[in-house]
Amino acid sequence: MALSPISRTLLRVPRELRLLTFQQSLRTYSSAPPNARLNIPTDFSTTPILHHTSTSSLSNPELPSSVRAGKSTRLTLHESINSALRHALTTDDSVLLFGEDISFGGVFRCSANLAADFGSERVFNTPLSEQGIVGFAIGVAAQGMRAVAEIQFADYVYPAFDQLVNEAAKFRYRSGNTGMDCGGLVVRMPCGGVGHGALYHSQSPESLFTHIPGLRVVMPRSPSQAKGLLLAAIASNDPVIFLEPKTLYRASKEYVPTDPYTLPLSKAEILKPGSDVTIISYGTPLYTCSAAITQAEKDFNCSVELIDLRTIYPWDRSTILDSVNKTGRAIVVHESMVNAGVGAEVAATIQDKCFLRLEAPVQRVAGWSTHVGLVYEKFLMPDVVRVYDAIKKALDY
Amino acid sequence: MSTRTPARRVLSSCLATRPRPKRRPRVCLQVTSGVRWNSVKQQPGSDFVHFPGAVHSKFTTTLNFTSPSEKNAMPTYRILDQSGQIVDKSREPLNLSDSEILKMYKDMLTVSILDPIMFQAQRQGRLSFYMVSAGEEGIAVGSAAALRKEDVIFAQYRETGVFQQRGFRLDEFMNQLFANRLDNGLGRNMPVHYGSKDLNIHTISSPLATQLPQAAGAAYALKMEHLQNPSEEPRVVCCYFGEGAASEGDFHAALNIAATRSCPVIFLCRNNGYAISTPTLEQYRGDGIASRGVGYGIDTIRVDGNDIFAVHEATARARKLATEGSMRPVLIEAMSYRVSHHSTSDDSSKYRELREVESWKRRDNPITRLRKYMEGKGLWNEELEKKEQETVKKAVLKAFNAAEREKRPALRNLFDGVYEEMTEELDSQIQELAGIIEKYPNEYDVGDFEGGREGLFKEKR
Repeated sequence: MALSPISRTLLRVPRELRLLTFQQSLRTYSSAPPNARLNIPTDFSTTPILHHTSTSSLSNPELPSSVRAGKSTRLTLHESINSALRHALTTDDSVLLFGEDISFGGVFRCSANLAADFGSERVFNTPLSEQGIVGFAIGVAAQGMRAVAEIQFADYVYPAFDQLVNEAAKFRYRSGNTGMDCGGLVVRMPCGGVGHGALYHSQSPESLFTHIPGLRVVMPRSPSQAKGLLLAAIASNDPVIFLEPKTLYRASKEYVPTDPYTLPLSKAEILKPGSDVTIISYGTPLYTCSAAITQAEKDFNCSVELIDLRTIYPWDRSTILDSVNKTGRAIVVHESMVNAGVGAEVAATIQDKCFLRLEAPVQRVAGWSTHVGLVYEKFLMPDVVRVYDAIKKALDY
Repeated sequence: MSTRTPARRVLSSCLATRPRPKRRPRVCLQVTSGVRWNSVKQQPGSDFVHFPGAVHSKFTTTLNFTSPSEKNAMPTYRILDQSGQIVDKSREPLNLSDSEILKMYKDMLTVSILDPIMFQAQRQGRLSFYMVSAGEEGIAVGSAAALRKEDVIFAQYRETGVFQQRGFRLDEFMNQLFANRLDNGLGRNMPVHYGSKDLNIHTISSPLATQLPQAAGAAYALKMEHLQNPSEEPRVVCCYFGEGAASEGDFHAALNIAATRSCPVIFLCRNNGYAISTPTLEQYRGDGIASRGVGYGIDTIRVDGNDIFAVHEATARARKLATEGSMRPVLIEAMSYRVSHHSTSDDSSKYRELREVESWKRRDNPITRLRKYMEGKGLWNEELEKKEQETVKKAVLKAFNAAEREKRPALRNLFDGVYEEMTEELDSQIQELAGIIEKYPNEYDVGDFEGGREGLFKEKR
């Protein structure tokens, strides 16, 4: 009997779909309102957070002079991470790279072509088990190799929590004089909101790790920072949680020095000096802060200092305290929930060390104490308006 | 130090005050599927091991490791062959009426029509995400059809067919997919994360395998419910997951605890060959997922997932096994092939040959197979097919249009539901957000949300 092959209809789209009303189509969850002046999407081609010229990229004083004398290439965040991983695999045979779906390049393309170029013994897919991946990585590191493990999304790191908190973080401490540690362990994971990730593709769990002495927690803000910080993390003899803001993987593009280099861990960076207010942040919200500062400085005739923590723990207290002692006003900004977040630690330390110098209460602009509901993200995460308003409040206090 | 009692003495004095257990005769306790000894003693001269950890092992003097390669793979149960013919002509007639068969077919067809429309709508930017079930409709629909509607379901994310079979309406699918004000998930979840209390299906959560131990616990609760009220029909939990998820620790925890507590749960693995890009060869080295069930002491079967009758019959039998006697878990591994990309975020051409996919699509498919059977029985024909496709397509597009026009849920739903009662902290955050929106009205587009800014204050609908 003649059958029309159903298989052909299976993935065929009815013509009618094209005729459907487009009235509300392309309605995204994070578009800008028509008359917005502040809450407009970051323009990554002009933001001062990124190096838009090779000269600016190579003039970074933290780079060794040989690197500054070299060249730079314009890369996205995922390309820059890929180049750092490539460099680590090239220069150190003890580096291994693994995680779920790594072999074909990873779901965010960070490991593109690495399995082909370095072989499946060193770059490989693991079964789908975060606790397995991290435990395995600890073992690899404890035997003297350098394990770069990827957790596909930071939202999925929790099965590995026991391995990280009870094992990786305490490995050196409990071994005492026996001299055993799991240095060389880097657990990379994409984190943060992208506008439509909802409950399980948006989380920034850094504060869960900053509560754990023994772990270094790093979050780069840009492609050039990621390269140097990731190479420093791999070289570190302490376990490192390396959180990569996934919204920046493709959106952020900047000139990245071509030669390998490391950037210091546990060292904050003053991105923009200022005299009236200090804003402390890390990762994606730095772009938001920068936009808010630009407007606030115009509108309020003030000068705002912006600091990137870079390593969230153990953190660079002196850079922050020196700054707040200078400005007398501080605002901490992060995406994840405000309750018991990184802002609480930073604010309490500032209050403790700069009390007599403070002109206004330390403010926290962060996610509300709830979950990342799909359609509500733009009302949840810190936006330009809330940072701008916080600057105004600090000045008006 | 002298004031402190040595720990050992404390311990022994505690033991001394406890009544000594009476010596009981060596009896055999029937615990679900296995036999346990409440007192195990190695008898002199016995041919069998009587260690507590293994009570039926025969002694041997041959030094031999059991190698998995010596064992044949567990067989795959099927009823229909690829041309829709019943393989074993001597078998008893199918325990399915024509109308039940037609319903199964129409449910699969609906999913297969809904899927490409929503996939394409995502490509057009009209929803943020979608996942299709292509090739796996038979597993979802066939298994769900074998359950009672009182049975409880924990799904993963490729079980649209389960929702369809249970009576989740097209408008409910669409409201969830468009995260509008009529969505029972209140616009909080990613598309395809459906849930329905009325249909006894727990809301889908993205993390993999977390549903498995929960399913065991839920099944235990159903068991307790039945023990405390034996007049009620026993219920089971059916828990869906993929072969990738079975690598998570939660899978192993779930099977083991379900076995030890004799939970009436059907673990239903959709083995579709891929966990995003990772093929089964890199996921496990044993005989699929089924071999693990046996290891945990669980009755296990492997079925052809493209054969909806086999899936249905195996699930019906599993349900019976799970509820009879003192109850027990059952594992079903349904074999299929993920014809589609993992999701709209995935491009599977990066890691597998299109040829491979095309060959699978050509070779076999649960919908075609059932259709061939139905046509052979005179239950279906080209004309009915066309008509049904048209009807479903129309209904899907109608629901699509209606749902896409609806507003988003009220903004309060961002804060509501974290706790049963709104906390004082959250309440002050709502006030703060409302103040910001009021102060900077041009900076926020609240018109798309039910009640606009005022929707922050609207109590639960």
